[in-house]
Amino acid sequence: MASSERVNFKNPVIKWVDERLPLFSLMHKEYAAFPTPKNFNYLWNFGALAMFMLVAMIATGVFLAMYYTPSTDHAFNSVERIMRDVNWGWMIRYIHMNGASMFFIAVYVHIFRGIYYGSYKKPRELLWILGVIILLLMMATAFMGYVLPWGQMSFWGATVITNLFSAIPLVGDKIVTWLWGGFSVDNPTLNRFYALHYLLPFVIFAVVFLHVAALHISGSNNPTGIDPKSAKDTVPFHPYYTAKDCFGLTVFLIFYALVVFYAPNALGDPDNYIPANPMVTPAHIVPEWYFLPFYAILRSFVWDIHIPFTHVVLISSKLGGVILMFGAVAMLLILPWLDKSPVRSAMFRPLYKKLFWVFVVACLVLGYIGGKPPEQPYVFIGQIATFVYFAFS
Amino acid sequence: MLRHSFLILAVTVGLASMPAMAAEDTLPPHAPAAGWPQAGAFGTYDRASLQRGFQVYKQVCSLCHSLKLLAYRDLTDLGFSEAEVKAIAAEATIHDGPNDNGDMFDRPGRPSDFFVSPFPNDQAARAANAGALPPDLSLMAKARHGGESYIYSLLSGFGQTPPAGETIPSGMNYNPYFPGHQIAMPPPLRDDAVAYADGTKATVEQEAKDVAQFLAWAAEPKMEVRKQTGLKVVLFLIVFAGIMYGVKRKVWSKLP
Repeated sequence: MASSERVNFKNPVIKWVDERLPLFSLMHKEYAAFPTPKNFNYLWNFGALAMFMLVAMIATGVFLAMYYTPSTDHAFNSVERIMRDVNWGWMIRYIHMNGASMFFIAVYVHIFRGIYYGSYKKPRELLWILGVIILLLMMATAFMGYVLPWGQMSFWGATVITNLFSAIPLVGDKIVTWLWGGFSVDNPTLNRFYALHYLLPFVIFAVVFLHVAALHISGSNNPTGIDPKSAKDTVPFHPYYTAKDCFGLTVFLIFYALVVFYAPNALGDPDNYIPANPMVTPAHIVPEWYFLPFYAILRSFVWDIHIPFTHVVLISSKLGGVILMFGAVAMLLILPWLDKSPVRSAMFRPLYKKLFWVFVVACLVLGYIGGKPPEQPYVFIGQIATFVYFAFS
Repeated sequence: MLRHSFLILAVTVGLASMPAMAAEDTLPPHAPAAGWPQAGAFGTYDRASLQRGFQVYKQVCSLCHSLKLLAYRDLTDLGFSEAEVKAIAAEATIHDGPNDNGDMFDRPGRPSDFFVSPFPNDQAARAANAGALPPDLSLMAKARHGGESYIYSLLSGFGQTPPAGETIPSGMNYNPYFPGHQIAMPPPLRDDAVAYADGTKATVEQEAKDVAQFLAWAAEPKMEVRKQTGLKVVLFLIVFAGIMYGVKRKVWSKLP
């Protein structure tokens, strides 16, 4: 940073630090003076909400980690000890448990905002790709976090999802044994999931830093999709968007508090309050709500693809489902190259706007289907919704 | 083309939303007629009911079901004094050790001990119950859909005759609230199975209600603190949101 860009601080301590490490000048440039379009709607609040949730999850997670024991003998009981005997443990646990849901709500709205307003288009393609990477890291972190309480759903969800990797041809089974650290989900699996669950949020933090840095190179998009022409179209981030984001954050927190204090188990599955038992399979194995659309896509592929006129299976239905499921996220990754229209925002693209809402409905239908048993007619509806999801691209 | 697919989708969703009725469907659980005192944003546990429920657990359920996640000291939450809790704990025998000679020994319970299980391990529990394992009840109110309403409905739902076509094998008992309609547990409650210390009439319905509320407390002893804290937090946030909205409007009014 050139010394000419340094801010002249009055406080002598801040001035001393800033001369040696221009953190305060950096904060002023990026979060106070930063020129931001003045026509944001509240959908632009959700990136900041997601950042808040990341910090909240790390903070509550660190305190939970002080009391949690990552061993199959003690994991379930250590969580119950947090709930019953640790001072305010029940609150920290419920904040962390429901915080995952709130984090995904914020991120899904943030993503849909990006799709609607063309925030993935040039020059923001890399910003968008970094965002999808954050989503993938979040999904991995959430999956491993859910395994940690070692309830029935923790164990069996882990079994189902790790078994997916056996669909990979030739090396699938070896990969699964390597992932498990044994021949089934057991203590080594729990231990490594704990280690990775503690690590990944800090990786997410680093990628978020890159994500915000990339944003600050291109500048923010805005509802019209038209770049600001002059300083008259922008306002400094502080105090305009610090005030607006604080208000939005408070409203978000009201909703979060209502869930944590009045309906803390509404988004969860009662089966996870039963200690894990490898000998008893639950009647319905269901992931948390934020994974349901992907679960529906996974289960919608029910045909084996053979080499014609032989019994040789080229792509099993399991592999097909796995490919489609990862493909659903990969489709997001390549979105900047799927949509070549020079018009950025859906505000000025009437056909795209309709297709967008069809896509949203397909995602909601997939979410509903994911929570249902894989029987007809749910399977059929799931297949249609999967088709619509991919047709959107 | 997409519009066409959307239409097909909408029609199929509409058709699919008609529920399929099957004879094997379990009855949905219901709350007692007067409702639950702990329901709702301002609900609290009824301490008298909790004490009665504890009595039912101690005299009926604890013969087969453990309550491993609770300690005797937790019972002060029910309104018992410390002396009463010490006495309740002392009634139990704890297998402890080793002592300085290296021997295991039995001693009376203390409030810091966790509830004693009726069986030393799962295999002993199965052997004493014809192969069926009576589950631990510490979290039962959170581990089933319907929570305490499910427990109440199940316990008061015995004694009905199965409909024609449903045969219950010997050793099992018919209960329409249990998945599959047959449960290995025989009806545990009957009228006056317990003589309530506070003199309430001990019908099956009353006993089921009290023990379900006790188990709700056992699964979530912090519920009342949770709701009280929630009230303070939400009220604060609503006021704060109002203030922040004012700040936002004032800041944005400065736009040129």
